[in-house]
Amino acid sequence: MSQAIMQAIETAQLKSDIPKLSVGDTVDVHVRIIEGSKERVQIFNGVIIKMQRTGINQSITVRRIVANEGVERTFMIHSPKISQIEVKRHGHVRRARLYYLRERVGKKRRLRDRRRGLGNLVDTGTQQDEPAKQDAAE
Amino acid sequence: MSSGLIGRKVGMTRFYQESGKSIPVTVIQAGPCFVSQVKTAESDGYSAVQLAFEDVKARNSTVPKIGHDAKAGVSPKRFHREFRLADDEVSEIQPGQQLTVDVFEQIKYVDVTGTTKGHGFTGTMKRYGFKGMTASHGVERKHRSPGSICGRSSNRGTGKPKKGIRMSGQSGNVTSTARSLEVVAQDKDKNLLLVKGAVPGPNKGLVVIRKAIRLSKSKAKQAKAS
Repeated sequence: MSQAIMQAIETAQLKSDIPKLSVGDTVDVHVRIIEGSKERVQIFNGVIIKMQRTGINQSITVRRIVANEGVERTFMIHSPKISQIEVKRHGHVRRARLYYLRERVGKKRRLRDRRRGLGNLVDTGTQQDEPAKQDAAE
Repeated sequence: MSSGLIGRKVGMTRFYQESGKSIPVTVIQAGPCFVSQVKTAESDGYSAVQLAFEDVKARNSTVPKIGHDAKAGVSPKRFHREFRLADDEVSEIQPGQQLTVDVFEQIKYVDVTGTTKGHGFTGTMKRYGFKGMTASHGVERKHRSPGSICGRSSNRGTGKPKKGIRMSGQSGNVTSTARSLEVVAQDKDKNLLLVKGAVPGPNKGLVVIRKAIRLSKSKAKQAKAS
C-alpha cells in the first residue's frame, strides 16, 4: 500500500522523453539557467562516466574537457532544470564506471563507437556523418 | 474547522518544484478522520474535538471503544486523538463528521508528532553523539566509554555527579514533534500531505499533524517573504 503511494508520487514526476542512456554515451545535456528574470539554455557536452540510482533519483555524471581541464558534472535527469538530453554517440565500454578516463590524456580519452546492439542506437543524424574513426584510438 | 489530523507516515522522497528546486519531502497519509466526540466548555470544562482514524475489525477492538465510536455514528476505529480548539470553533463541528486533508488547505506550516524509532539501550556515542576515546595511545577496552562524569570536587564539592549528566540508556521510542514543517503539496483524492523535511518515527508509523503553533524566526521571515 505505502509502496504504491510512493511510486505514484514519483512516477508522476518522471519525464517520458528521456532517451535510452548508457555509460559511455556522448551526450548533450541542455541545462536551464535562470539569470535574474531571464532564462537561457546551456549545453554541456561530454561522456557519461557513471549512472547512479533509479527512478526519480536517477543521475548521470558527464565528463568533458574544458580548457585542458577535466570537468565532471552530475545531473539529476528528471529535474526540471534539465530541458533535454541528446545522445550523440554510443561508446564501446566494458565497465559501469569509467573512472579510467580520468587518467587518460589526449587521443586515449576517446571511446570506440559501439558496434553491437544496433537496435539500441538513437538516430541523431550525426552518426552516419562521422564513421568510427576512433578505432585507432585504442 | 479542526486544526489537526491523524495519519501514517508513508516515506520520504524528493519533490521537484517548477523552478527546478528539489525539496526533500515526507509523504503522510493524513486521514480521513472522523469526529468521535466533541468536548465543550459546558460538558467537559474545555473545548476539544476527538478524532478517530483507520478502520479496525470489530473483533480486534474492544466493546467500550466500539460503543464510544457508535455513539458518534462512526464505524469502529483503531486510533483516537484529541485536538484542543477555541470555544467558538467547537460549535461548527458535529459528531460523525469526516475530516480530510482539506483541513490544511490554508495552512502553510504544520507540527508533526510521532514516536521516534527505538534503539534500545545505547551508549553515549550513539545516544548523545559523544566522541568516545581514541583508538590507540594507550586506550584499552574503553574506546566507546563516556570518560569522566565527575571529579572529587565537582558539583559544589559533593563529589557526586551532577543531576542530569548524560549517560547510557534507552534511546528513541519517545514522543517527538517536528515543528514548523512546510506543507509542500497535498493530494485531496488520495488524502496525502507532503511536508518538507523529516518526520519522527518509522515508515507506517502513526503521526499526528497539527497547525504549527509558532514559527522560528527564519521560517517566519520566509513565510512573510512568500
